[in-house]
Order: sequence, then structure tokens, then C-alpha cells
Amino acid sequence: MTVLDGNALAGVLIGFLGSDPTVAALRCSGCRTVGALAGTRVHASPMGFVARCPHCDDVLVTVVGAPGGPWVGIPGARVALDAD
Amino acid sequence: MSAVEGLEERITPPTSAALRRRPAWHAATVAAVSPETPNARRIVLDVPTWPGNDPGQHLDLRLTAEDGYQASRSYSIASSGATTSVVLAVDRVEDGEVSPFLVDAVQVGDALEVHGPLGGWFVWRPGVSERPVQLIAGGSGIVPLAAIASAHADAGDAAPFRLLYAVRTPEDVFFRTELARAEAAGVDTTVVYSRRAPDGAAVPAGRLTRDAVAAAVFPPDAGALVYVCGSTPFVEQVLTWLGELGHDTTDVRAERFGGSA
Amino acid sequence: MATFTRGFGGRRDDRDDPRIPPGQTLVRDWPVLSAGATPEIEPSDWSFSIRTESGLHSWTWDEVQALGVEDVTVDIHCVTHWTKLDMSWRGVPLDRLFADVETSLDYCMVHSFGGYTTNVPLDELLDGQAWIAFEADGEPLTPEHGGPARLLVPHLYFWKSAKWVRGIVMQSDDEPGFWENAGYNLHGDPWKEERYW
Repeated sequence: MTVLDGNALAGVLIGFLGSDPTVAALRCSGCRTVGALAGTRVHASPMGFVARCPHCDDVLVTVVGAPGGPWVGIPGARVALDAD
Repeated sequence: MSAVEGLEERITPPTSAALRRRPAWHAATVAAVSPETPNARRIVLDVPTWPGNDPGQHLDLRLTAEDGYQASRSYSIASSGATTSVVLAVDRVEDGEVSPFLVDAVQVGDALEVHGPLGGWFVWRPGVSERPVQLIAGGSGIVPLAAIASAHADAGDAAPFRLLYAVRTPEDVFFRTELARAEAAGVDTTVVYSRRAPDGAAVPAGRLTRDAVAAAVFPPDAGALVYVCGSTPFVEQVLTWLGELGHDTTDVRAERFGGSA
Repeated sequence: MATFTRGFGGRRDDRDDPRIPPGQTLVRDWPVLSAGATPEIEPSDWSFSIRTESGLHSWTWDEVQALGVEDVTVDIHCVTHWTKLDMSWRGVPLDRLFADVETSLDYCMVHSFGGYTTNVPLDELLDGQAWIAFEADGEPLTPEHGGPARLLVPHLYFWKSAKWVRGIVMQSDDEPGFWENAGYNLHGDPWKEERYW
């Protein structure tokens, strides 16, 4: 199990959070902090990725790599995309 | 400054269409391999459809075995610009699945796939701003920062630049030639050795300290953009110290490589 | 479009061993997988509770132990494709805790310290199918492996064996827990390869 940051999700979240996911703005539903995906705390394991708020640790984004393509959940945030 | 305003300033400003390179999967062939350190290898990939990449970006590299099993890992790109020659430097991770193969086994001519260029957050481009730039690298975290320093040097960019590079021993230094060129172009470079310093070094080996960081980096009021890259514990420690030293965290961008210090 | 890379080894095909479910590979170590920071809980601070429609039952560490710890040897199968055979554990069967619990609800949401949850039907936690486990391979469970106590439900994929377990909330429907919400199968039978949605 590895702790990374949102840069690690740059590839897998393409299309879900725009063409450059690392600059997508996330607003934590728990503590209302706004920050770029790149600044989130990402727990990576073979089970999947879990991106947590760097301030309150709430789960913002989940990614599970199923064979047909990833299941992406955004249970803990609102997202604004960078103007493409 | 409201949180949203601060965010708008942090987000990389929009760039021209020519620089917006959409990520895609590309076929790659190993064009050259060479030892970079006793534990790491420089790999040059020929990627005919590569659209070029910004300094600091990374790619996902995918290997497929004959039975269809796939493994994928992220690697920062040491090169930048409009080129189909993509340079990586891979550190061997103990018991890793992919890096031992890349460091020990992969040969010129081997085929693999890369997805990229990825990541527009942890990038710096010459000519966008004249703000000072502070680069702080731990071990293999030097890879994207060397790309940034080289781009600065190659462009004759005017921004004041400093590099603080923490390694274990002199043999662990990556990109010696590129960093020397960057230093000659004005990048004020400090290398700190934690285990063994070169003979005659002014500073003996020792773990990086907050004081050493304070001595090497731009002062907080210089308004520098700060890029920190290395293992997660290294990055976390440096970010904590930068905050304690009074740096504005909105000016600091980090890329964590995981693992232990 | 996959390009084969010369010399890159794949996984061993263990399909021929009848003890190994489809898509699994035998390992001898014990990989650590996690979704967040590792909680550090002392047994003296630990308790286990079962919440039903009518009330709350709680046990301290010593009270759970007093229900009777047994040795079991089981195979465990992780949805991330590794299987470990003949692993020895020590724990208390969940039957002993549910012996004093009355409920008409059929499903359980298992809760862990740190916020992790996973759902399991009640009838799959009873009849000798599940334990609160404290020791694995002869050693007390380390925090990274879910210590001081985790659920052990070896007939389902191992993500259902919730680490740092602290209780069960009975529910009327099979509502999904953390990984089930994220994309993993509600049930998780390794022999049917119930991995994802």
C-alpha cells in the first residue's frame, strides 16, 4: 500500500475529470476546502485508489479497476473542471 | 484572498492550442539504455506518435506478458518539448514487479506502451512567468525537476532558479551532465548527502534538516514557485518545514513517489 | 492493442489446483492492501458491538476472549488475485456473539475503526463461517494486517474480512459497504469470481 497524491490519478481519471485530471478543482463535502486533485492524499493499492481530502481525510474519489474499465466514484466532493 | 481566487491563481494558466497535448496510448520502442546510478537506468524511448510534453509531466508505462497479464507504472519524464524521443530514469524498487525488469532486463528494440503526456499540475514552462523557481528533489524525485531545470537552461529563461537535491551518496546522483549544464546556465544548485559526501566536501554527510533547507532555498518573501518531488515521507517532511519557515503553501506544488524515505 | 514485451513474465497459472479459485495465484507472503491510514488501537481501548433493531450489545476485549477462542486453518482469497492456503488463525466464532442477539434483520454492515465498512448477509457470518480473529500464523495481528482484531470470513473474498473490526449494524437490505460502493461485488464469492459489479 502506497500513499501518493492526485498526480497518480492523471492517467486513470482522464475523461472523468477532463483531459487533465490533476488540475480539476475538488470541493470537499466534509470540510468545504477547495483544492486541485493533484493535492489530494491518494492511497493506492491493488484494490484501487482512494483520494482523501488533505485537510479532513474524508474520501473524495474512489477508483476501482474492473476489466471493462474503471469504476469512478466521487462520493465526497464536488468537481469543477479546468476550461478545456 | 478567498479559497476560489487562490485556486484560480494556482491552476496553470490556459495555454495555446499547440501546447495542449491530449494524452493517448502510444507504441514505444526502447532506443537506448544506460546505467544512471548503481540502482537506476536511463531509458530512451522512441515514440513516433508522441506529441511532446511539458517539463514535469509523466507517463504511464505498460508491459504486457505473453499470457496477456499487464502491469503499469507511472514514470516522470526527464525530457521535454516537441520530440519523439522520451527519456526516463527508472530506480529499481526492491521486490518490485516492473522496475527490476526495466532496470535489469529490458533491451534496445523491446516494445512497450506508454500513456501520456500526463499531469498539467506539476509542470513549469519557460516564458510564462519571471517568478523565481525553487526545485527540491529527494532521490529519484530529481527526474521531473531535471526536466524543468533543463528546459529553463535550454530556453535561456530569465527566472531565478535554485535546486536543492538530497541524495544518499555521490553515486546516487542522477543526470549529472544535465544538472551541470543547468548550473552553468545559472541554476543555483545545492546537493546534500545523507550517507556519504564526496571527498573534501564542505559539508559532511547527514540527514537533511530544516536549517539546511532554509539555507539553500529562496526566502519566503521571494515569491518563488516551489516544486518538491521525491518519496512520500521526503515530500511530507519538506512541506512541513517549508510551512514552518513561512512559505505560502499555495506557491508549493508536490509530486509524491510513494515508498519509504 | 496490447503489445507483448519480450521477457516480461506473467503470473503463474494455478488453475489446475482445485483448492485455488479461478483467476487466483498462489502466494506465500501476505500482501498489505489498504484504503487509508492504519488505525492504532490497544486491546484495552477495543470493543465490539452489534446493533440490532432493538438495542446494542457490546463486548470488551476480555469478554470476547471469554466466549472461547478456537484455532482454525483456512484458505484466503483476495480479489486482487492472490490466494494463501492453509493459513492458521485464532479467533472467536461469530456464532458465540450472536447467540445472545435477537434480530429479524437479515443483513449486516460491518464497521471498522477508521471508517471502513463492508456488507455481509447474516447467514454467511453464522454456522462456523466467520470469526473475530486476533492471531494469524501464530502471531498477534499487527495493525497493518488489521490488528488487534479483524473479521475473518474466508469463504468470501478477503476484503470482506474487515480489518480493525469494531462492530456490526444489522440492516434490512444488503446495502453496500465501502468497496462495494466503489465497484466491487456485493457478495464476493471467489468460486464464482464475483469480483466486480
